[in-house]
Amino acid sequence: MNIDKDLVAASATPLVLAILSEGESYGYAIIKRVGELSGGELQWTDGMVYPLLHRLERNGLVDAVWGRSETGRRRKYYRLTRAGAEQLSHQRRQWQVVDQAMRGLWRIAADPALEPA
Amino acid sequence: MTNEEILEERIGEWRQYFRGRQAIHAADVEELEDHLRSQIDGLRQAGLDGDEAFLVAVKRLGDLDSVSREFAHEYSERLWKQLVVPPGSGASSLAIQRDTALAVGLAIAAGIAIKIPELFGHHIMSFQEGTSFYPRNLSLFALPFLAVFFGLKRGLHTRGWSWLAVPFVVAGLVMNLLPFKPEGYTEALAAIHLPIALWLMVCYAYAGGQWRHHEQRMNYVRFSGEWFIYYTLIALGGAILMAFTHFIFQAIGLDAGQVLNGWVLPCGAVGAVIIAAWLVESKQSVIENMAPVLTWLFTPLFAALLLTFVVAMIWTGSGIGVDREVLIGFDLLLVLVLGLLLYAISARDLQASPGRFDVLQLVLVVCALVVDALALWAIAARISEFGFSPNKTAALGMNLLLLVNLGWSALLYARFLTGRAPFSRLERWQTTYMPAFAVWAWIVVLFFPVIFNYR
Repeated sequence: MNIDKDLVAASATPLVLAILSEGESYGYAIIKRVGELSGGELQWTDGMVYPLLHRLERNGLVDAVWGRSETGRRRKYYRLTRAGAEQLSHQRRQWQVVDQAMRGLWRIAADPALEPA
Repeated sequence: MTNEEILEERIGEWRQYFRGRQAIHAADVEELEDHLRSQIDGLRQAGLDGDEAFLVAVKRLGDLDSVSREFAHEYSERLWKQLVVPPGSGASSLAIQRDTALAVGLAIAAGIAIKIPELFGHHIMSFQEGTSFYPRNLSLFALPFLAVFFGLKRGLHTRGWSWLAVPFVVAGLVMNLLPFKPEGYTEALAAIHLPIALWLMVCYAYAGGQWRHHEQRMNYVRFSGEWFIYYTLIALGGAILMAFTHFIFQAIGLDAGQVLNGWVLPCGAVGAVIIAAWLVESKQSVIENMAPVLTWLFTPLFAALLLTFVVAMIWTGSGIGVDREVLIGFDLLLVLVLGLLLYAISARDLQASPGRFDVLQLVLVVCALVVDALALWAIAARISEFGFSPNKTAALGMNLLLLVNLGWSALLYARFLTGRAPFSRLERWQTTYMPAFAVWAWIVVLFFPVIFNYR
């Protein structure tokens, strides 16, 4: 399934923040986690997650530190800040509203594409 | 090569490729590389071989253009390449600090040096009869320090240093030991030509002793253009600073004129020579070169001006009036046209085929040559009537020197436009010709006083 670009973009920030709320992480692991959570349906262009992480860092939502990977390579780790946690709960409420409204609709209206003609 | 080495090499190539982008800094590339390597490791564990894993990982990372665009979107300020030297940019930060200390140290040394002769009764501010010490020696307070800057930076060897010292020592002796007549022409001419002569000697230090290399000479031409622009900007800033200083001290009834003219102006003017050079050096790769940009802007305008001038002259049938300043004016015109030509050459892709701009450039050069030939014609008559004075000889010599340079350049340009010669011939001609300017400047400095009896 190809997920709409705008939807991917809109969900990127809350996804990254939510994953970081599980604990410190880094770009590659975040992308892998997104893949796991969406059953491989949500595909990001890997390179795009870094500009996003950097923006969150600049806005003070995450902290970044250079550390080492298990193999000793230099790696940049990201951690949620207090402001980031607040932002996440804010976004969470917004998404819940959208989610709830959608659920209500999905229950009433059946998917026309799945109806036998 | 083992598979591992091939993989490392490909990652190295990938890194270089990403490093080339302005919007992506070295630290970002490092982060992306960690990602790439993690991805490759993961894919190899899943059973892909190194090559396949590399290809898939690169593909997943996204193509350079879109990643770079995303970074640029995030960091729009990075595209406005910052003027300040980025602090602590990896391994080179030590070298940057050393260069900074060297440049500032030499600038201060030049600032102190220019004040020392005041202890011996030469006053910077007074330009009365018999006190032409400063105008005569001005370039000797700045350019030796510039030469030392490049000599140290390029790690000049001992013999190189002694070669470099010769012209400066000779200049110092000549300017101060020859019995110039007060307010004489030959003294003024020597004072004007000495900076040119010494500037071209600094090329030796700039090239680290390899002044015979044409590539190095062309680099020095590029450096000179950028230096000039930086120096102008610094001078502009300095003028504003001085104006404000004067203004605010006046408000509390103090006259800062003495300090400004006696200290800030002379020390700042010589110090800025080194600082501008250092800025050009450290900014070389970071800032787009300005001289070619100005060239593109002004070549069409000057071509239009000269073309109109030629047409107007033919239309009205009036010749060029010959008075004292005309020859010098036309010298300056040719210098300007040569400058436009040089900086157009310096920024040109040698492989590119002839374009409209090249035609314009040729028009400019040819027009300048026509105008100058007419001026020379008028002046030759006058010289044959009144004989050679030092001023006229110097101006005429410079004019002929420029005429030969531009004439041959026009020929080479025409050959290039008609596809009979590569563009590199033109560049080569300019760099080959450079010593001719140095030789002429030295002749004016060293021999004119003797030939014209120190008049």
